[in-house]
Amino acid sequence: MSDQLLSLTGLTKAYPGVVANDDVTFAIGKGEVHALLGENGAGKSTLVKMIYGLVKPDSGSMTLNDQPYHPQEPRQARASGVAMVFQHFSLFDAMSVAENIALGMERPPAPRDLAHQIREVSQTYGLPLDPHKTVGGLSAGERQRVEIIRCLLQNPKLLIMDEPTSVLTPQEVEILFKTLRQLKSEGTSILYISHKLDEIRALCDTATILRLGKKVDTCTPAEKSARELAEMMVGTSFASPQRQDRDLGQVLLSVSGLSVAATDAFGTALRDISFDIRAGEILGIGGVAGNGQDELLTALSGETRAPTGMIKIKGQDIGQWGPNARREVGLLCAPEERLGHAAAPNLSLTENAMMTGAARRGLVSGGLLNWSKARDFAQEIIASFDVRTPGSQNAARSLSGGNLQKFVIGREVLQNPDVLVVNQPTWGVDAAAAAAIRQALLDLANQGAAVIVISQDLDELIEISDRFGALNEGRIEKFVPMAGLSIDEIGLMMGGAGTDV
Amino acid sequence: MIRLEKRKQTSRFWTYVTPILAVVLTMIFGGVLFAILGKDPVLAIKTIFWDPVFGEFAFYYRPEVLKKAAPLILIAIGLSYGFKAGIWNIGAEGQYIIGAICAAGVALAFYPMEGRWFIFPLMIVAGVLGGMIWAMVPALLRVYFKTNEILVSLMLVYVADVLIKAFSIGLMRNPDGHGFPGSRNLNDYSSAANLELIAGTGLHWGVIAAMGVVVASYAILARHQFGFHVRLTGESPRAAGFAGVNANRLIMVCFLISGGLAGVAGMFEVSGPAAQILGSFPSAYGFTAIIVAFLGRLNPIGILLAGLLLALTYVGGGAAETAMNIPSATIQIFQGMLLFVLLSVDVLTNYRLRWAAKAGGV
Repeated sequence: MSDQLLSLTGLTKAYPGVVANDDVTFAIGKGEVHALLGENGAGKSTLVKMIYGLVKPDSGSMTLNDQPYHPQEPRQARASGVAMVFQHFSLFDAMSVAENIALGMERPPAPRDLAHQIREVSQTYGLPLDPHKTVGGLSAGERQRVEIIRCLLQNPKLLIMDEPTSVLTPQEVEILFKTLRQLKSEGTSILYISHKLDEIRALCDTATILRLGKKVDTCTPAEKSARELAEMMVGTSFASPQRQDRDLGQVLLSVSGLSVAATDAFGTALRDISFDIRAGEILGIGGVAGNGQDELLTALSGETRAPTGMIKIKGQDIGQWGPNARREVGLLCAPEERLGHAAAPNLSLTENAMMTGAARRGLVSGGLLNWSKARDFAQEIIASFDVRTPGSQNAARSLSGGNLQKFVIGREVLQNPDVLVVNQPTWGVDAAAAAAIRQALLDLANQGAAVIVISQDLDELIEISDRFGALNEGRIEKFVPMAGLSIDEIGLMMGGAGTDV
Repeated sequence: MIRLEKRKQTSRFWTYVTPILAVVLTMIFGGVLFAILGKDPVLAIKTIFWDPVFGEFAFYYRPEVLKKAAPLILIAIGLSYGFKAGIWNIGAEGQYIIGAICAAGVALAFYPMEGRWFIFPLMIVAGVLGGMIWAMVPALLRVYFKTNEILVSLMLVYVADVLIKAFSIGLMRNPDGHGFPGSRNLNDYSSAANLELIAGTGLHWGVIAAMGVVVASYAILARHQFGFHVRLTGESPRAAGFAGVNANRLIMVCFLISGGLAGVAGMFEVSGPAAQILGSFPSAYGFTAIIVAFLGRLNPIGILLAGLLLALTYVGGGAAETAMNIPSATIQIFQGMLLFVLLSVDVLTNYRLRWAAKAGGV
């Protein structure tokens, strides 16, 4: 018997128009934490779906413990000892933890035994979880524990984790890593999918890097610098954003005691948020998803109105103004959801340029639209932000995530905002595009604009922001200078969900 | 096995081809239907679609097609705004009826005073306002109470239907009509009559209005901010909100436009081809216009063509009824089938068909 658990040989999977995986060969050793590293669209998901039996390869073969392995469906994969924690959880809010876990098992034990087993596993691996709690009331980190415990109850030989840390606070990440290391020491192999280089260097023994469906290299991440890994992943070298020292100017946007009720049942109410932001300043707002990020953006963009006196731009009360009136005084926004909020999927880039550029770029006069000017504006965005598309007549949804995000950010930046608010500006964007977007935000601040960056990516906030605050259940307790702030302090500010261990 | 695969972009080619494909398929299915009824399918299709325009009696049928197309186009253009924005006014028939009642009310109030220069325009205004008021009911209920505009607008059709029956035997009954139901004949009242402007052409003010609305609507959708906001709302309501579109105001404006145009269509009909308020006045134009709007791809030029085609099915259907003894309900089946087939083949605009041995997971 070899010391390899799973080996993949020449796995290829093509979809119409794109080869998702092209002749991918590597092996995962027993008790090894193996990273699968790649940009969005590099083929990581397709590859793990093949291992988990969700997708069948066009060609190539797999062996598990030296036996041929061709899972026809996930159930077969689970029976062979392969378990997977997905990025998006599949849990029922209205049911308890134990009920949710029972639903995912082939032959669930009696409820009382199951609850006992859940307690046992959660204690063994340091994952505190009450089996009788309703899932709806759990934090993202706790939900992930439900998924992990569901997998662990099946004693997997290989645990696949797809971008597990994207929803966690730093403290929760530490707990997760501790669990994974413990699993590793017990001989469980882990296939860890991520694009966060520091995590991979800290946790993983081996890394396989995918680019455009092909394997680039298998290496030991601890021996490489984050920069080398990034360049292997992207294929080219790219400039890291450069920050300059900036002098802060006058207060441009002043938010005082902003409280807005949630617009729907699943929304978060904003509570008593106050800050001032000056010209040339970048304000970073962190926090775990679902703590009011979207609500804060729409309150600033004017999609939801705020009571009078709470939002002032250059001293002018704009709380009751709509989006276009706010644009005219220089407050621009770029929401998180690219398709369907920041841009209309089926409309062309020209039409999407018209969407928010109408007033400030003079694309409308007397209610009449000037399409040739809008086309010029769209082409200007495409050219200055290196948006890869055949032309401005193409539909927004035909662009890749990174390109559309560059378009969306570029559309606002090129309107010379006084205040720009962006939510998750580089979410799901490849490293090169993310660097370009961050650079654009820094440049904008250098030119004297105030920039508010709402993001769940702490590295991003640390890289570009001057001051930091964290959203927690719709509140921001305080803003502190970013310089000198430790990851632990940031985690505590984020509400410390999961630190009650 | 056939598999559907989403296109990256909406296919321009199929956007224009599917309506034609739908018409052809409907003719084939219709032919099968006629064959089952024991009629010669080719002759039936020819009688309905060919003879009214190119046959021996085309001089009689062509003006009829135009007269029937005018209200269909007017109403369908109005509906197209809401439909584009995802606002479903299904009750154009009711707005059409109320427009007719209001316009006839103005005419009858002034009867027998002479003064076409102000009575006829006033009737137009009354028709528009009548339709708008009827359309505002579902619009306001939707905006302020989040009711479903489909249900409310549809229900109001039946209220309007009862109202016109009541008016025809009550308030508006012709005092010189020997007790028969129905109002005075407006074609006989020169200040209110909407007659052919050039005899034998079918061209009345409603036709001119329909053509004007087609042109204006084309300009608004292509060039005006309102048209853009309508499309944006239909494509993505959240993106529209982000772009500064006030969703509630848009709902009301779309209902006002569709109600106003349906109302004015009722005005031209009651003062022209129908000639009077009568229980049998409702002719389902308001429902057929929904088919016209979709068959015309919610595009003004498309609606113009679709309106003419659907008018042809009315006229040709009538001809087939007399000439070939085909039941009159057949033509309604035909129209329904057309919408059904159109919506089915519409899949092709956003998806492509793939023949695959077996679909893998995605």
